[in-house]
Amino acid sequence: MSFVSQFKSLASEKTRDLRHRSVIRTALRSYEVVRDKRKAAFQSWESARQAAAETKWEAINHLDEHLVALTAKLEARGTKVHWASNGAQAREIISQILRDKKARSIIKSKAMTSEEIHLNHALEKEGYTVVESDLGEFIVQLRHEAPYHIVFPSMHLTRGEIKDLFQKELGDAPSDSPEDLTMVARRVMRQKYLTADVGFTGGNFAIAETGMISITENEGNARLTAALPKTMITLMGIEKVLPRFADLALFLPMLATAGAGQPMTCYNTMYSGPRQPGECDGPEEWHVVLLDNRRTELLANAEQRDSLHCIRCGACLNVCPIFRNVGGHTYGTTYSGPVGAVITPHLRGLQDWKHLSNASTLCGGCTEACPVKIDLHHHLLQNRRNASTSEPAFFEKLAYQTFAIVANEPAFWSLAKKIGWLTQPLQSLVKGTALDPAKAWTKTRELPPQPLESFKDWWKNRK
Amino acid sequence: MTVTLFIPCFIDALFPRAGISMVEILERLGHKVVCPNEIACCGQPPFNSGYWDEARTIAAPALEKLKDAETVVIGSGSCGAMIKKFYPELFKNTPQAELAKQVASRTWEFSDFLVSKLGVTDLGAKFPHKVTFHDGCHGLRELGIKTAPRALLGKVGGLEFVEMKEESCCGFGGTFAAKFPMISTAMGEVKCAAATETGADFIVSNDSSCLMHIQGLLSRQGSKLKTIHLAEVLNQK
Ligand code: SF4
Repeated sequence: MSFVSQFKSLASEKTRDLRHRSVIRTALRSYEVVRDKRKAAFQSWESARQAAAETKWEAINHLDEHLVALTAKLEARGTKVHWASNGAQAREIISQILRDKKARSIIKSKAMTSEEIHLNHALEKEGYTVVESDLGEFIVQLRHEAPYHIVFPSMHLTRGEIKDLFQKELGDAPSDSPEDLTMVARRVMRQKYLTADVGFTGGNFAIAETGMISITENEGNARLTAALPKTMITLMGIEKVLPRFADLALFLPMLATAGAGQPMTCYNTMYSGPRQPGECDGPEEWHVVLLDNRRTELLANAEQRDSLHCIRCGACLNVCPIFRNVGGHTYGTTYSGPVGAVITPHLRGLQDWKHLSNASTLCGGCTEACPVKIDLHHHLLQNRRNASTSEPAFFEKLAYQTFAIVANEPAFWSLAKKIGWLTQPLQSLVKGTALDPAKAWTKTRELPPQPLESFKDWWKNRK
Repeated sequence: MTVTLFIPCFIDALFPRAGISMVEILERLGHKVVCPNEIACCGQPPFNSGYWDEARTIAAPALEKLKDAETVVIGSGSCGAMIKKFYPELFKNTPQAELAKQVASRTWEFSDFLVSKLGVTDLGAKFPHKVTFHDGCHGLRELGIKTAPRALLGKVGGLEFVEMKEESCCGFGGTFAAKFPMISTAMGEVKCAAATETGADFIVSNDSSCLMHIQGLLSRQGSKLKTIHLAEVLNQK
């Protein structure tokens, strides 16, 4: 099945699923309430967005310099920095480290870049045990599912479903209270932390000035992932760079606010190197893998370069009416929602993924929500333009060419209206059947009755 | 002043009452209204689908027709956004680039024109019903129009205004409604539910295209809730 047919068929299924709609809506409406409260705590949320957009602009437009500075600082404290042009290279680098370390088991904290390169799958195929330590990720891993949302991986599940899952997979779930469920997961995970050979993390921000990687989390699992195993591997996209340490003063609360409606995420840890002489904890080795995977192509694209500003907060998904109705899995991509619809065509091929840019009303809710002011919905429009220009759909183009001829000639336009009026009774005879040319509309909606006298008729008759 | 009224294609063919109301209101306010017969459409359908050449084929002659217009008024946030926001983009690096910018700056969405340009809110209308307002996304976010329609409705005699609890897109989206009918319908259902919850008799909007979608769903559901263009409400005596 092509990606577009798969999208449409999953979308049909999910939009009919009223239970899904209400689970997501309830979750996101409570998010909206706390987010608005946190936004109001900023002196000016709009100025904060502007400042963040400018900082990211600076970071991305001097990415080369910042990456060199970051690497130099990281290496100076003994971190090994690796560069991966694509997913295959990143997987190979990581495998090589695991082989060198004779590792068998890996504990992971949340990293969307690892989803992007399908790391778990590849490592499991090579015989490694991989355990996700973020609770939401742990849950979807037990279900053999991809994360539903870039920030809330298991938001599509109710507590009851998670209880049943734990009962089935772990044989333990005293109740469906979040506390009980967390305790079950914690018991399983604590064991894994102690036996894991390698801890694997993502990164939220990389500070060029100080050579630090900042990891944001609510559960403390990333800290344990980083601190307990002897070897730590961090995988992050090259766009995560911020110029200065002080920039975190804006970006940490902003990420927390836009992402989850929190004043600050519970744990924000800055990693600057492996265990140094005289230190009593931390990994003996730290490998940082910087991933390109077509990000530099976006960097070369002046029109959409700002999509590299993304801090993966998920705010655009949360407000998106398409996301809310079709759900995260329908996209079939690592990054879903508006940001996914914008960047996936660049990361994975325009013609294969242009349907994501088409599946939008261009309502602009995403652009309004984005804390770093990415012009998301206009980028959808540009993707449509690029797709239609490079490979126009024959009948669609023909239809618009015909429409242009009709619209430009008053006599044709007037005739088209008359034909429309005359064929109305015929249309209503076949309404909703296979013969109905307007079936896509009439299956769920009535067509507006067309009056005999159009506005222009009225205007003419009146004079 | 002389107002050039831009009548969008679907208002012309399907919702002439909205256009007629605009003419009557503007004339009552003492303005001369002209309405070029040669303009049928702003070119938004091909534009939004990515067919910018075809969009230019429609928009270029429209621009020429509007060249000497002192003020252009358009009764749709969506088509208004097309002219004000997207024409300059569409004609960038073409010989009509400058003209597109000029026309954009002289173009007004109907409610914004009344309130911001003319400074009028009270049109002496009466509409003794409970109504809620639907913001079309293009009017709301591309043009930033939110207060003008509410200011106008606030002065309508007998009208009881109630906001929907949830601000959301109605799911029309032009060809999106036909390309992804399942998503469009689901979004529309969310909208209809929010409007129904207000207990209003009418959903008013400054965008007939959204209303066409919402009304299509309401009629199919057998709902008593009705939709009506803002200009028609303002023209009720
Ligand atoms: S595009 Fe903006 S809103 Fe969406 S995830 Fe990225 S930063 Fe957040």
